[in-house]
Amino acid sequence: MLEIPVIRWGKEYESMSRMDVVHFETGETLAQVHEANGGLIKMDMKKARKAREILREFSIQQLVDMCAKAGELYEHATLPLGNGEQDPDSFCTMQSATTGLPEHMCRFNMSKNAFVMKHMGEILDALTRGLPYDILSNGYGMESRGVMVSYQANCNAAGWVLPSNSPGVHTLWLPVIPLQIGLVLKPGPAEPWTPYRMYEAFAQAGVPREAFCLYPGGADKGAELGAAVLESCERSVIFGGLATIERYHGNPKISAHGPGFSKILLGDDKVDEWEKYLDLMIDSVYVNSGRSCISCSGIWASRHTEEIADAMAQRLGPIAPLPMTDPNSGLAAFTMPGAAKAMSGQIDDGCQSSAVTEVTAKYRDGDRLVEKERCDFLRPTVLHVSDPDDPMANTEFMFPFCSVVECPQDKMISKIGYTLVGSCLTDDPVWSRQLLDATNIDRLNIGEVKTLQLNWLQPHEGNIIDFLFRARAFQNSPPPAH
Amino acid sequence: MSELEAKVAQAKEKLDQHVRESVAWHFNPETGSPYWLDKAKTLDFNPLTDIQCFEDVKKFPLFEDEDLRGGPLEKWIPKGLAGKPTYVFETGGTTGIPKSRVVIEDHWIDYENFSDTLPDEHFPKGANWLMLGPSGPRRLRLAVEHLAQYRGGICFCVDLDPRWVVKLLKKGKTEEAKAYAEHVIDQAMTILGANHNIQCMFATPKLLEALAMRLIDEGSSVEEAGIKGIFAGGTEFTPQWYRFCKEELLGPNVFITPTYGNTLMGLSCGKPFDPADNYKITYFAPQPRAVIEVVQFDDYNKVVNVGETGRVKLYTFTQELFIPGFMERDEGEREEPIDVYPWHGISGTRPFHELLKTTTVGVY
Repeated sequence: MLEIPVIRWGKEYESMSRMDVVHFETGETLAQVHEANGGLIKMDMKKARKAREILREFSIQQLVDMCAKAGELYEHATLPLGNGEQDPDSFCTMQSATTGLPEHMCRFNMSKNAFVMKHMGEILDALTRGLPYDILSNGYGMESRGVMVSYQANCNAAGWVLPSNSPGVHTLWLPVIPLQIGLVLKPGPAEPWTPYRMYEAFAQAGVPREAFCLYPGGADKGAELGAAVLESCERSVIFGGLATIERYHGNPKISAHGPGFSKILLGDDKVDEWEKYLDLMIDSVYVNSGRSCISCSGIWASRHTEEIADAMAQRLGPIAPLPMTDPNSGLAAFTMPGAAKAMSGQIDDGCQSSAVTEVTAKYRDGDRLVEKERCDFLRPTVLHVSDPDDPMANTEFMFPFCSVVECPQDKMISKIGYTLVGSCLTDDPVWSRQLLDATNIDRLNIGEVKTLQLNWLQPHEGNIIDFLFRARAFQNSPPPAH
Repeated sequence: MSELEAKVAQAKEKLDQHVRESVAWHFNPETGSPYWLDKAKTLDFNPLTDIQCFEDVKKFPLFEDEDLRGGPLEKWIPKGLAGKPTYVFETGGTTGIPKSRVVIEDHWIDYENFSDTLPDEHFPKGANWLMLGPSGPRRLRLAVEHLAQYRGGICFCVDLDPRWVVKLLKKGKTEEAKAYAEHVIDQAMTILGANHNIQCMFATPKLLEALAMRLIDEGSSVEEAGIKGIFAGGTEFTPQWYRFCKEELLGPNVFITPTYGNTLMGLSCGKPFDPADNYKITYFAPQPRAVIEVVQFDDYNKVVNVGETGRVKLYTFTQELFIPGFMERDEGEREEPIDVYPWHGISGTRPFHELLKTTTVGVY
């Protein structure tokens, strides 16, 4: 049996409490993870300063180079995992088997993570706006333009309470180690694989193990462990639903990431050419099984919405679940009992509105909900929504789901609500200006960019540099007379 | 027959005898409580003649603790104890009318019996105590205070309203709940720092952890604060927490022992620590005054085999209270009798999995 220990600043710890990580289709136990307790995490965090001190024994450039090497190892090497080892293929197989994500998507996410690790230098350069690394290491320094600047780390270690359902989120914490800040990870119950594999890759690449804590745990322990991470780390990130976002709203120590409500907006100047953008729209909804916060859940236009919805439904409606090993498998499984059924029920309830029509049903041979013995699937669903104020106009589910919403262009920005990624198809300079000024859109794409096509040189849901560091005043000589 | 088997048989006989005496008291029109005398009229058997041993108690329907909500509380007082000073203790009560239990001396007797299990070297006689748990209309505060007094000490207490904390948590006000917990720890720190010769403690796992962390943050420790012995209770006292406590939170010189109980039953002791147990925690009810059974999830009258998992079923047979089978909100594994407690125990106590989703665990 593969046993995965708790990692406490690089030291393995065998707990009295263990959780089985099981194959969602067969019920086979793939590994046993050791579960920490909340107090143990709080105790470890009292030693967080050491993690930063150890990392500061290396330059940021050295750590960036190690990060690139780690990316190579993560993607291609056979690495130790607990009392065993894991090659890249078995990593993808195991991740698929516990998260329900088809294997080819696991491989895609692996490549994405590795890409970010290998390009960490460029990413840090972009996120710091070219700040010399020494300034972050030392806390202050003179820029080439002769200005003294100071960036003070807000924390010695940053905590991440990770989800099980989206292996792509791991890209977000990767800059922490090269920024010389200790890393504390609470993996999702079904996805210990990526954090442990990356930890091992970093260690093999030369990053001191003492910079890492990993506290895996099941659903029963998750709340206790997550709360301990959030409480004891000076900066932490949590992934969750809307309730989680609301709970931590306004808390400067905690960045809560949740549903993205990402959208494509078709401007009046482009909407008559909507067929030209059909692939862009479908890929934005369907790729990665619609699981990501950057997956498109709404397509907004002032006209042609029924035709757009119908064209998308013709392509998406027939898609059915395939085995996880099938390279054409496009739908992820829901491994949590009842989750898919509940979502399907919510959609059915929403379709009771006179403004809402499910368009996919006529192109689908069977129900939206496909119930299997140990998991469920939801088949792609496209709704047409004629009223932008209808609740179904702004809804997100973790499968290929999209509402095509009819809304006048001049009302769109005010009606779309919070939008993590807004891909806007327009050449209209006036509307572009309004979109640029819209604070409810986080990542703005003006042009033919799929919502999932992220440029890693851009910040995501806030700049991690601003979250982990504080720009402040520093003087070591009096200012010029004035 | 081995020595243990003989002790088990002896304990069983003692329990059967105790049950007969308890039934004779509670169903005697001269001594029984109005509640049970009324209840007897609804039964299809006669407790006074048909209950001759512990197994016979299963003829009773399960005790519904909903009956404990509301008054008049006098219905619970056995006529044989009428006129004695009476306490009322509550459980739950975050919403609606709380469940109440009247007590005359049971809490004293339970904790005096428990006192006999405490090692004097870790709980010195004459030393003072800190009660770091819920205050208000709860049995625990007065029981621990009596324990301290029974052992020749004085008990210092904190103000802690757990119902307020549960309300905060239900509203998602985690920061306020945390501030309240800090307020409780502030009180404990003040007491510990005031030269009161406090060497013994009761604490809930969460509060003990918070206190120990605060002491560490201030460059001290539970040991340096003068504490020698602690007893703590509840399903949060897990094997992993036990190990963490002994290895990291308290250190080797502070003794800690787990307990398990509630307002209805009293206090179950943990099996004395043995490294061979690998921090497994096994509880034994204070028989014959109370009994714990681990019963099948689909048939509450059938115990599971040793090592198997089931739901906790409690029985209480004191002069003040008769509970012929109450389903507790916990589950665990049934354990073999041991020499000091020659009756079956329970390990791995944790919230009953079917109720887990609806329970809010508060600050203590």
